[in-house]
Amino acid sequence: MINRKYFYQGLKSLISARSPAIALACSFIALGALMHNAGFNLQQSAASSFFTYALPGQLVMTESFLVGASLVNIFLSVWLVNFRLYPMSVALVPILKHKSQPRWKYYLSCHMIAVSSWLIMKETYKKIDQKYRLDYWLGIGCGTLSAAVISTLIGFLISDYLTKGMMIGLAIVNPVYFLCMMIGAMNNLKIIVAVLSGALLGPIFYLVTPEWSILIAGIAGGTIAFLIKDKKNGSI
Amino acid sequence: MDLSSNLILVIVVTSIATFASRFFGILTAENISDKSKLFDWFNCVAYSILAALTARMIIFPAGALLESTLLIRLIVISISIVVFMYSKKNLVLPTILSFILLTFLSGIY
Repeated sequence: MINRKYFYQGLKSLISARSPAIALACSFIALGALMHNAGFNLQQSAASSFFTYALPGQLVMTESFLVGASLVNIFLSVWLVNFRLYPMSVALVPILKHKSQPRWKYYLSCHMIAVSSWLIMKETYKKIDQKYRLDYWLGIGCGTLSAAVISTLIGFLISDYLTKGMMIGLAIVNPVYFLCMMIGAMNNLKIIVAVLSGALLGPIFYLVTPEWSILIAGIAGGTIAFLIKDKKNGSI
Repeated sequence: MDLSSNLILVIVVTSIATFASRFFGILTAENISDKSKLFDWFNCVAYSILAALTARMIIFPAGALLESTLLIRLIVISISIVVFMYSKKNLVLPTILSFILLTFLSGIY
C-alpha cells in the first residue's frame, strides 16, 4: 500500500530546521480565529481546513460569507483565487509518477497540494527514489494537512485571547516563509527569472485588475522565464 | 434556509472549487513527462504565480496586515531574510522572529 519508510521520511520534514510547521500554524491559527468571529462553529472550521486546505480560498470564503455573497459568487471567487493549484499540480505530478504506484494514490495525493507542501517536495524530491516519491509526498501532505487542521482548532479556541497586534504578527509569517523558500529555490536562472518577474509583475497588474493579477502575472512571468531557458538550450 | 446548513453549503462549495484545480491538474499531467517542455513551462508559471502571490500579500495585503504600514512590513521581512541567510537557511527562526517583531512593532506604531 504505502511504503512506511518513505512516508515517515516525508512526515519528518515537519520537524526539521526547514519545517513549514510554524508558518502553517500561524496562518491557520489566524484563520481559525477569523472563522470563529465570522460565526462558524468549531467543527465547521476544522472541516473547512480539512476539505479545502488552501488558505487564500478559505479567507475569500469567510469574507464573502460575511458580506452575504451568493453561492455562485463564492464558488467563482474561490475558484479564481485557488486556480494557482492547477499549474502547481501539473508541475508536481510528473515528478511523482511511477508505473508501480496505483491510481487511487494520485487522486488522494492531489488533495494535499498546497504551497508549503509543494515547495518542500520541489526542494527535496531529487534525493528520493522515483519509485517511492508518491509515498514520500503523502507523508509530507498528511503532516502539513494535519498541522493546518490542528492549528485551525487552536485558533478557533484561543481567538478571544489574540490581540490585534498578534493577529497582524500572525499574518506576516506566511509571506516570510514563502519568500525564504523561494529564495532557497532560486538555484538556476530559469527559477530566478520566474520568481523575480512574478514578484515584479504581480503588484503591477494588481493596480489594473486585482482579481486576475496573480494569474496574469504568473503566466507572463513564467513564460518569460521559460523562453530564456529555451534560448540557452538552443545555444548549447 | 437556516444559518448552519448555509455555512455547510459554503464550505462544500469552497472545497469543490478548490479541489477542481488540483484534480484537473492531475488529469492534465497524466501524459506529461518531467523532461518535456510543457512541464518546464508549467513549472515556471507555478513559481511565478507563487512569487506574484507573495509579493501581493506583502505590498497589497488583505485583512489584518492592512493595519501595518508597508515600511514596517518591509523592515520585518528584510530582517527575517537576513536571519534566514545567516542561519544556514533555517526556516523556524525567521518565521518565529517575524511574528514576534511585527506583533511588537505594530503595538508601537
